[in-house]
Amino acid sequence: MNGRIPSVTLLSLFLFAVAADSAAPPDSSPVIVIQNATILTVTKGTIEHGSILIKDGKIAEIGASVKAPKDATVIDAEGKFVTPGIIDCHSHIAIEGGVNEGSISVSSIANIAEVLDSDDVDIYRDLAGGVTTANILHGSANSIGGQTIVIKLRWGQPASKLPFEGALPGIKFALGENPKRSNFSIPGQPKRYPATRMGVEETIRGAFTEARDYKSAWDAYNKKVIAGDKAALPPRRDLRLDPLVEVLEGKRYVHSHCYREDEILMLLRVAKEFGFKVRTFQHVLEGYKVADEIAAAGAGASTFSDWWAYKVEAYDAIPYNAALMTRRGVVVSINSDDAEEATHLNQEAAKSIKFGGLTHDEALKLVTINPAIQLGIDKRVGSIEVGKDADLVIYNHDPMSAYAVVQKTLVDGRVLFDRDKDIAGRAVLEKEKKDLLAKEKAAAKKTDEKKPDAKKPDAVKKPDEKKPDEKKPDDKPKPPSDSDANGGAL
Amino acid sequence: MLRNATFAVLSLLLLVCLAPTASAQAQQPATTYAITHAKITTLVGLTIDDGTLVIKDGKIAAVGASVEVPAGAQIIDGKGLQVYPGLFDAVTQMGLSEISAVSSTVDSSETGNFNPDVIAATAVSPSSEHIPVTRASGITEVLAVPASGGFDSGGSRSVVGGQASAFSLAGWTMDDMQIKRSVAMVINWPTIQTRTFDFATFSRKDRPYSEAKQEYEKQVNELTDWIDRARHYAQAIGHGGPSDFERDVKLEALAPVVRGQLPVLVFADRARDIRNAVEFCDKQKLKMILAGGEEAYQVKELLRSKNVPVILRPMLSLPREEDDPYDVLLSQPAQLYEAGVKFAIGSFDNSFARRLGQNAANAVAHGLPYEQALKAVTIYPAQIFGLGDQVGTIETGKIANVIVTNGDPLELTTDVKYLFIRGQLTSTDNRHKRLYEKYSNRPKP
Repeated sequence: MNGRIPSVTLLSLFLFAVAADSAAPPDSSPVIVIQNATILTVTKGTIEHGSILIKDGKIAEIGASVKAPKDATVIDAEGKFVTPGIIDCHSHIAIEGGVNEGSISVSSIANIAEVLDSDDVDIYRDLAGGVTTANILHGSANSIGGQTIVIKLRWGQPASKLPFEGALPGIKFALGENPKRSNFSIPGQPKRYPATRMGVEETIRGAFTEARDYKSAWDAYNKKVIAGDKAALPPRRDLRLDPLVEVLEGKRYVHSHCYREDEILMLLRVAKEFGFKVRTFQHVLEGYKVADEIAAAGAGASTFSDWWAYKVEAYDAIPYNAALMTRRGVVVSINSDDAEEATHLNQEAAKSIKFGGLTHDEALKLVTINPAIQLGIDKRVGSIEVGKDADLVIYNHDPMSAYAVVQKTLVDGRVLFDRDKDIAGRAVLEKEKKDLLAKEKAAAKKTDEKKPDAKKPDAVKKPDEKKPDEKKPDDKPKPPSDSDANGGAL
Repeated sequence: MLRNATFAVLSLLLLVCLAPTASAQAQQPATTYAITHAKITTLVGLTIDDGTLVIKDGKIAAVGASVEVPAGAQIIDGKGLQVYPGLFDAVTQMGLSEISAVSSTVDSSETGNFNPDVIAATAVSPSSEHIPVTRASGITEVLAVPASGGFDSGGSRSVVGGQASAFSLAGWTMDDMQIKRSVAMVINWPTIQTRTFDFATFSRKDRPYSEAKQEYEKQVNELTDWIDRARHYAQAIGHGGPSDFERDVKLEALAPVVRGQLPVLVFADRARDIRNAVEFCDKQKLKMILAGGEEAYQVKELLRSKNVPVILRPMLSLPREEDDPYDVLLSQPAQLYEAGVKFAIGSFDNSFARRLGQNAANAVAHGLPYEQALKAVTIYPAQIFGLGDQVGTIETGKIANVIVTNGDPLELTTDVKYLFIRGQLTSTDNRHKRLYEKYSNRPKP
């Protein structure tokens, strides 16, 4: 193992650096008490008129009343509901540029962690919808896509502070219509292998066959080194296979985009053949047809609430999917795949009460503790328990209702979204924008006077008009047909 | 053996004899229903806490606290249940598009820029799986709107897209289902766009503002020309016999528009585009309904003063600009209501049509009075499209499109218990329920 030091060490160094930083944050986090709230703990029932004490970014105490230090900031949540932060198991926010390295069908060399964009306003919008943690995935253009990363929505922090410390990284797989490019072709490019579900299987088998040989070569080399063989030559590094070896070693999660029952079983078969686990099936719209097999394999399922019919493989999608899989013993989450959908995941989860009869608490789990389990971070987040991260959402109504609006969202014990403050600050922002525009106009006028043949000011000023439907197909997966256009995120 | 065979033959004969009777029965289901002891939200006047609703021959026959149940009526015990007018989805591609990625199942947009003569009702497939799925969520009537989808048509949108049709979501044929064949003429307002996505090269294309503006002006000029020609054509029809002028089906289709008999449903989202469209329709004396309207709040005074109603696209959408308030679209309905602008809410979709109530509820969560939200998905769209005397409220004489629920029809967890469409008790069964039941019963492998 020592032989593959470069990637492993670099990764560990990176994680250590982040962990060390969060252990000693530059500004100490405030002590906060949330009082008089209906606390939906998710794992320990509901506490009426309860309080939560937050210290050092963690939940320090929960109860009917807590011993609040004098200097604590008090949030009165009378009549309000507190839940753990929403966890979105399938997101494409905070990514600079495209989400798809759509050239080759094994693109494991690409890594989303390297293109995180902390300035993406969707981070703030999703916070305003109660999301505090998101699984940031590569797109679904390839059978084996790029490497993925779990982030916390630490709005205001640089990209280096977004990764969720200690969360295992992942890799995106994709099955079905997108990797086989059923719904689009790229002009000027020949048809790519794979073009069938048969080919998708063989692409994955081929890659893991290589990865297994590659791993054997390294294992043999490491054995020689340990035995003191100083003449041993290391195998040639292969950046494409390194992440797949991590999958074989259980150090990287597989999150696989899929729709149809047959392709779900296909991947389970391949995983068994090579001895790795599928951590989550993503979308998995026909998961309800093979729920027992998914449960038996110990894989999670992360699905949509009620999307259907945007392509053939989504024609058998049913809104009962989450409930039916839950009843058959699968750990299920509801995800967004879309910056807008993420802003009301609580509502999307509530639909499983109507479609399939989940209880209120079971439905809430679909967007809290269940995705936390799927991402291996349930010791840190996903429920309101002493010692867990203070990632919390305060709603004005029961979040399993379309009438609930997020009032505050806390990440690591800091209020990163506050509806009252947001509203109060709008006038200031508007004035600032007006002033900047006026300044810009004045400057343009000056330039214009100096250069009589310069472009007209309005030719300079309006470069970015967008047509209502003109969405870059690589970054806005809704309406679904958009992203299908390039085998996009969906 | 012999006995069995004889029995089989006899049974077969019996079946053959009974068959005509059975099928005659199938064609004549009950025509009179009474929903008793229900809470009835009529949306005209006060809500009736314990009332009876009588449906007869497809229409609402009586409603009130002390209404007699007619003899022979099929009685639905509405105790603990609530009665509402069915929801009206004001913009959909219902029946025009089945699986949006498969072009052979999509009939929502014609090619070419000026198609005033095409009519949605012609292409609505009554067998679409979307119809039963949608009505199970409490939507009983919709508008199918041609050329209102973006990507179905490969990114192109006609300027004049064709005529929208209103229909109820149950029936054997479109003739049964149709409420009105032509309710509005679709216009996709041209917009100045410097950045477009080019499907031929699969890349984004930027061009100078001046060029984009030129194309915008060209399209508006073309539209003006069409309207002018239609006006002359309408005059010609008015003054002579058919032999006096050359027939033109496109101009003929526009004639009711220039006469002010058929409203134009103008798709525009940006404030500038909305202003231009309102000015155009005002000048051309066209009866305008705005569709989309993401920045309608910026021109609400204009919309109110010109009496332009709006069909809002789902408020569960991201703001258009990076620096827009995060909830700008969610709070817009409340703003429009306060400004006195009349509006309805549409799904602008098929598979997401069942989110109509959810969108309306989210508008309530951001300040819109509840009753206004309910009206925005029932009576307001009906009134906006001139169908207010046929659907949208529970009133005697209207088409009996009625839902019986166990709660607020806009809330996520509410079930539609009984569904009446065109006065018929209609099943809430659909593709999704069937698949759910089938796979719920799958034995453990």
